[in-house]
Amino acid sequence: MGDQSAIDIRGVAKSFATTTVLHDINLEIRDGEFFTMLGPSGSGKTTLLRMVAGFETPDAGTIKLHGDDVTQRPAHLRPVNTVFQDYALFPHMDVVTNVEYGLRVSGVKRDARRRRANEALAMVRLEGFGERRPAQLSGGQRQRVALARAIVNEPSVLLLDEPLGALDLKLRQEMQTELKAIQRRIGITFLYVTHDQEEAMAMSDRIAIMNKGVIEQIGSPKEVYELPATAFVASFIGTSNVIERDGRSQSLRPERLIILTASEAAPVGSHAEPGAVTDVVYLGMVTRVFVHLDSGDDLVAVQTNDGSSIASTVANPGDRVQVAWRPADAFDLDTALV
Amino acid sequence: MLSPPLLWFLVIYLTSLVLMLVTGFWSVNGFTSQIDHHLTGQNFSQITAGAYPSIIGRTVLLAVLVTVTDAIVAFPFAYVMARVATQRTQRILLGAVLLPLWASYLAKVYAWISILEKGGALNWTFSKVGLPNPNLGFTNGAMWIAFCYIWLPYMIVPIYGALERIPSSLLDASADLGGSSWSTLRRVILPLALPGLAAGSIFTFSLTLGDYVTPLLIGGSNSTLIGNAIYENLLTGGNLPLAAALSTVPIAVMIIYLGIAKRLGAFEAL
Repeated sequence: MGDQSAIDIRGVAKSFATTTVLHDINLEIRDGEFFTMLGPSGSGKTTLLRMVAGFETPDAGTIKLHGDDVTQRPAHLRPVNTVFQDYALFPHMDVVTNVEYGLRVSGVKRDARRRRANEALAMVRLEGFGERRPAQLSGGQRQRVALARAIVNEPSVLLLDEPLGALDLKLRQEMQTELKAIQRRIGITFLYVTHDQEEAMAMSDRIAIMNKGVIEQIGSPKEVYELPATAFVASFIGTSNVIERDGRSQSLRPERLIILTASEAAPVGSHAEPGAVTDVVYLGMVTRVFVHLDSGDDLVAVQTNDGSSIASTVANPGDRVQVAWRPADAFDLDTALV
Repeated sequence: MLSPPLLWFLVIYLTSLVLMLVTGFWSVNGFTSQIDHHLTGQNFSQITAGAYPSIIGRTVLLAVLVTVTDAIVAFPFAYVMARVATQRTQRILLGAVLLPLWASYLAKVYAWISILEKGGALNWTFSKVGLPNPNLGFTNGAMWIAFCYIWLPYMIVPIYGALERIPSSLLDASADLGGSSWSTLRRVILPLALPGLAAGSIFTFSLTLGDYVTPLLIGGSNSTLIGNAIYENLLTGGNLPLAAALSTVPIAVMIIYLGIAKRLGAFEAL
């Protein structure tokens, strides 16, 4: 990774009619980074991506690409390319003509652009598909064509707007691995937008979690999962229990909770509270145990079915149990942002 | 397999066309004015000579001119309607395009007569600003203008439909890949609007090809079209076989034209 920032977003705000979709966004994305903007629909992540691409203009603030202020520059003059959510392949062109489109409009000679388009198709493992029409391809293949069409132009930043959203789970997981591999190979900055936290965790160097037009937290997958800054981040990344203790909001990860029988002694140094099991959901590798604490909180604990836990064998709805956790596993949340 | 409705259509529709074609090979006895049912090719050799080739040529040329003019006028209008206007403006414009279709054809032609004739609005306007009078009334030019006007909605609506169906992400993608507005228009919008344009041209072309009222009302002495020739042979000349032979000309032209339009994807856009 270089030390210059690939994308520098300063004080960007945007409203549509009466709705503010982005409030004062500040974001710096490093060169060569796989950066993901993660959030629910309506969080403003796609609007921010479209501003970097040049399809929207911010009401305030600046956007720089490798130090170059592009805030007012139209989309076709920016050194970025986008992989669209619906792929946006030109239906009246065959695959190779789609891929070489960017080279053609920028005046690259026919032979050179054919060769580069075929190289890009090879990179996404679609050799020999050049003469097909987009309508003759499967969803996964169209997705690869869209990727080839973007990377063939060697953009300084590649923007990806929920590119895997329309694929089924298995294909999505394959493509995640492949996208990450391609990003490593060509070494350009990826700015990726998704609402799927697992996808974000699997591929990203860093993640920005967005909610209602603000960035709630920026960090590595490990940081945002293990040290969520806000209740929103805690609940959006994986499942999390948010409880109030001593007037502070705290987050507890379900896999850090230990279920004990009513009479068992809690492990040394951990804190235990009594409650009753309300539901048990067996999921194969893990079991989810829902507990209503006597203090009034509802918790969910995830127990690995490795034979060491009582959850899969003993716990039944109605059983009296204790839920234990180490104080270090309960994170204070930034309550101001809840 | 032909479905029963299609079979029914073929029996009724094609049979009458075949009968007409057969009639074209009959002749009229010059002495008795009775139809002679012996097959002969004389009608078809007659329409390749005399005034007929220039009538056919004039009709096809006019149909092409009207189609091209309407396409040029309709495209920007349909584009604004489909991709620029707000939803409210879009509805108003669509209403404005469709409303003239409710008015009588004759009323619209008469309106153009009153604009184009000697004492009409066009000459009056030209003389007011000191330009020579165009005197377009009762000329082929008048016919061209009236046809363009009357068939314009039939061109606008299919182009509008085709343009509206283009996903905006395709336009974003073209810009994203470095395409200027001009590149996007030429390489993405126009090719995707082409089926709509071809569909609209079927209407403007075939309607002009078969018309005989506008030439009678607003045309001049040199404005006879195929339709007028058929009409005269049928109703005043009493030569039904010759009229039938003439009728095969626009049918043949349309078959060729539809073949071209099909290759341009016109039928997917209808």
